[in-house]
Amino acid sequence: MSQTITADRKWWSGGKSPFNVEYGKLMMWYFLMSDAFTFGAFLISYGTIRFSSNSWPDPNHVFRSFPVIGEMPIPLAFVSLMTFILIMSSVTMVLAVGAGHANDRKKVMIYMGWTILGGIAFLSCQAWEWTHMHGEGAWWGRNPFMNIDGSQSSTNFTNFFFTITGFHGFHVFSGVIINIIMLIMTWQGVFERRGHYLMIEKAGLYWHFVDLVWVFVFTCFYLF
Amino acid sequence: MENIHGTAELHQDDAHTFDTKAIWRTFRILLYITVFELILAIGYYEMTFSDPHFVKHLLNGVFIVLTLAKAFFIVAEFMHLGHELRNLILTIAIPALLFLWFIGAFLWDGSSYKNLRNTYDRNHLEQSQQKAPVKEEAKKPGSIE
Repeated sequence: MSQTITADRKWWSGGKSPFNVEYGKLMMWYFLMSDAFTFGAFLISYGTIRFSSNSWPDPNHVFRSFPVIGEMPIPLAFVSLMTFILIMSSVTMVLAVGAGHANDRKKVMIYMGWTILGGIAFLSCQAWEWTHMHGEGAWWGRNPFMNIDGSQSSTNFTNFFFTITGFHGFHVFSGVIINIIMLIMTWQGVFERRGHYLMIEKAGLYWHFVDLVWVFVFTCFYLF
Repeated sequence: MENIHGTAELHQDDAHTFDTKAIWRTFRILLYITVFELILAIGYYEMTFSDPHFVKHLLNGVFIVLTLAKAFFIVAEFMHLGHELRNLILTIAIPALLFLWFIGAFLWDGSSYKNLRNTYDRNHLEQSQQKAPVKEEAKKPGSIE
């Protein structure tokens, strides 16, 4: 096969990789693209409803609690911790991908382990927050929080909160499962025999996407 | 099989370009932005303003810009998209532009609905202005506090 690039070289007729990435990785990107629109639809419907309401509950009041200590003088402290945990687990994921590039099986396993731990820690935090809010009387169809101007609020706030953080939490959960499978496959030496750790990269893309979505959920629910 | 070998070779030179320092720099940027956002959010509730609505809208604008900045760093550095071929970047970035219309159109729609209802549905407006009965925050047995 000639390696010189001529004008009529057919880049898109198969057998070549015009984007210089593996097929599975490219398809992971396009899957994430579609998933982004699913999350986008959720968050935008939340925005639409919020824009059509005269008032809305105050996030600084709703999210003011911290486990064990009770109410915090610094509101939003707990969700900051959750954000930190997720960003941190994203970092260990990149480090696992980097170790994969260097074909360092042991390091891949260590970093995947940390990533899984981070994911489980995040899920635990979310479980606590849900339990706490449920204890305060909030659930789908029930909203104990007043609007910020003191008027009676509708159940829109809790419905959107539990649906969207729940959908995100489900993504984190499936991400943890995928990462555990990756860890087991690494441990069994599947990728070492294959000669590359591209699967870790693909799982990593999914994991970073979960982090990416959280950035938007965090802004939409806790800051606005 | 040939394809798999091909991809393995394809990515071999990446091992040299993988930069751990860049990862930690990205992490620090994300952390600083998040802390800054929190300071703004908490500061807003601690302080009083002569025109709180205007300040809140301004603040929301700042939050959107900072959130997009965080999204950019995650996608470009952590997901490594910034280092892929330009055409691949474009196949992701161009469809994402749909979000501009998506967000703009729907928020406009929501606020238009609010204005129409407030103008033509007096009952809705009065109801939404009524103060909620002041009650103890539901303290049920078994609630974690």
